[in-house]
Amino acid sequence: MEGNLNLTLKIWRQKNASVAGKFETYQVSGISTDMSFLEMIDVLNNRLIEEGDDPVAFDHDCREGICGMCSMYINGRPHGPNRGVTTCQLHMRSFQDGETITVEPWRASAFPVIKDLVVNRSAFDRIIAAGGFVSINTGNAQDANSLPIPKEDADDAFAAAACIGCGACVAACKNASAMLFTSAKISQLALLPQGKVEASKRAEAMVAQMDEEGFGACSNTGACEAECPKGISLENIARMNREYFSATFSSK
Amino acid sequence: MSWLTKSLNSSLGKKLLMAITGLFLISFLLVHCSLNALIFLNDGGVAFNEGAEFMAHNPVIRTMEIVLFAGLLLHIVDGLRLWFENKSKRPVAYAKVDGAANSKWYSRSMGLLGTLLLLFLILHLKHFWYFSRLTDGLEDHTLFAEMQAVFMNPVVVVVYVLGCISLGYHLLHGFQSAFQSIGWNHPKYSPTIKTIGAIFSIVIPAAFAAMPIAFYFHLIH
Ligand code: HEM
Ligand code: SF4
Ligand code: FES
Repeated sequence: MEGNLNLTLKIWRQKNASVAGKFETYQVSGISTDMSFLEMIDVLNNRLIEEGDDPVAFDHDCREGICGMCSMYINGRPHGPNRGVTTCQLHMRSFQDGETITVEPWRASAFPVIKDLVVNRSAFDRIIAAGGFVSINTGNAQDANSLPIPKEDADDAFAAAACIGCGACVAACKNASAMLFTSAKISQLALLPQGKVEASKRAEAMVAQMDEEGFGACSNTGACEAECPKGISLENIARMNREYFSATFSSK
Repeated sequence: MSWLTKSLNSSLGKKLLMAITGLFLISFLLVHCSLNALIFLNDGGVAFNEGAEFMAHNPVIRTMEIVLFAGLLLHIVDGLRLWFENKSKRPVAYAKVDGAANSKWYSRSMGLLGTLLLLFLILHLKHFWYFSRLTDGLEDHTLFAEMQAVFMNPVVVVVYVLGCISLGYHLLHGFQSAFQSIGWNHPKYSPTIKTIGAIFSIVIPAAFAAMPIAFYFHLIH
C-alpha cells in the first residue's frame, strides 16, 4: 500500500537463559505507519507462526504505556527513538521506509534474558520488597485535610510515583544502574508523612538490596532521566543520596 | 564503625568518596593555578619563585601536601574500582548504542579521562615535584628556570596541553556531578553550580595550558 513501510529487522533471538543468543534478520513489508511497534512485531510473529517458526518472545501487557512490560532496546535506545514513550506507544511513523531496525533485550547482569527479548526483572520486585512500603499503623482513612502536606511535596511524591518499573533507566545506563528506579520508589514514600517514619530504614534496606542484585553505581550521566518514559527526575537520586547518608549517621 | 565502612562501600558511598575527594582536588587546582599564574607577571619569575619558596617551607602547606596525595590516591583507587565494577554490570554488550541521544560523551568517559589525567600527572610530578622535593636541583637554579627548560621540548608542551584538555572535560562533568553525588540538587542552587562548574572547567585548564605554550614561544622570560 502507498505510504506503508518495508523494513529489515535485526532481532536478538535466544532460546533460554543458559544458551547463547544471536541476531536473526527478518523482512517485513506493508507496515502501516499507524501501527505501534508491538503491532509490527505481531505482524512478523503471525507470519512466523504460519511458517511453523518460533515467534519472537517479548513482554507486553497494557499496550497503553502504563504497565512497563514492553522492554525493547531499539536502534541503540530503550523504547526506541522518541522520548517519553514506552515501546507500545512508539508508532511506526517514527521510522523510514527501507530502514534496518536493531532490536535487543535490556542488557544487565541483574536482568538475565529469559527468552529472546524477555528479561527477568524480578530484581526490581526484591528491591521493593526490601523496604518500598509503609508498615506502620496509619489508622483508618482520615479526612483529606487532617494531614498537612505541602502542595510541592505532594506533587514531587506523585511525580516519583509515576515510575512504572519498566527498567529503561537500567537499560540506558552505561553502568546498568537502578538508581533512578530505586530513588523514585524511596522518594514517593519519603516525601509523605506516612512514609517519613520509616525513611532511614527504608533507604538503607532498598539501597543494600539494589547493590546485592548487581546493579551498577551512578555516574550521573543523566541517560536514565532522558530515556525514562515517565520523566522521573534526577532530583530523586539526589534525594536518595541525602536519605541514605543521613540514615548512615542517624539510623539505629 | 562497621556501619560507616558499610555505607562507604555501598554504590552510593563509593560515589560520595569520589565527590568529596574530587571537590578537594578542585580546591587544590584553584590554589595551584593561582600561584602558577604569577609567571604571567613576566618579572623573570621573581614573584613565582617567592611563592614556590613559601609553599615549600610553610608547615601547613607541607601537611596539606600529604593530605593532597592521600586524597588523590583515594580518588584514583576508588575511581578505577568504580570503573571496572560498573563495566562488569553489563556482561553482554549491546550491538548498537546511541549514547549521544541521552548523554554527553565526556560524562560516559570519566574513567578514560581520569586515566589520561593520571598518566599526565605521573609525568608532571616527575618534572616538578620530584625535581624540587627529592633532588637538590633547586640549589643550582630556580623552579622558574626549570619550567623554562622543561617547556623547550615541543613534545612535552603537546602532552601538557592534552593533559589540560582531559582535565577540562573531566571537570565539565565532574564539577556539577560531585554536588549531585553528595545529594545537593536544588532548583535554587543547581543552575549556579552548573554555571560556575562550566566556567571553572574552561578557565582553569586554559590557564594551565597557556603556561607551557607561553614558555615555548618565549612569551615569558
Ligand atoms: C586534579 C585531578 C582531578 C580532579 C580535580 C578530579 C575531579 C573529579 C570530580 C569532581 C569528579 C566527580 C565526582 C562525582 O561524580 O561525584 C570526578 C570523577 C571521577 N574521577 Fe576524577 N579528578 C581528578 C583526577 C582523576 C584521576 C587521576 C583519575 C584516575 C583514575 C580520576 C578518575 C575519576 C573517575 C573514574 C570518576 C567518575 C566516577 C564515576 O562517576 O563513576 N580522576 N573526578
Ligand atoms: S524510573 Fe523511569 S525508566 Fe526507570 S523503571 Fe521507573 S519509569 Fe522506567
Ligand atoms: S505494554 Fe504496558 S507499557 Fe507498554
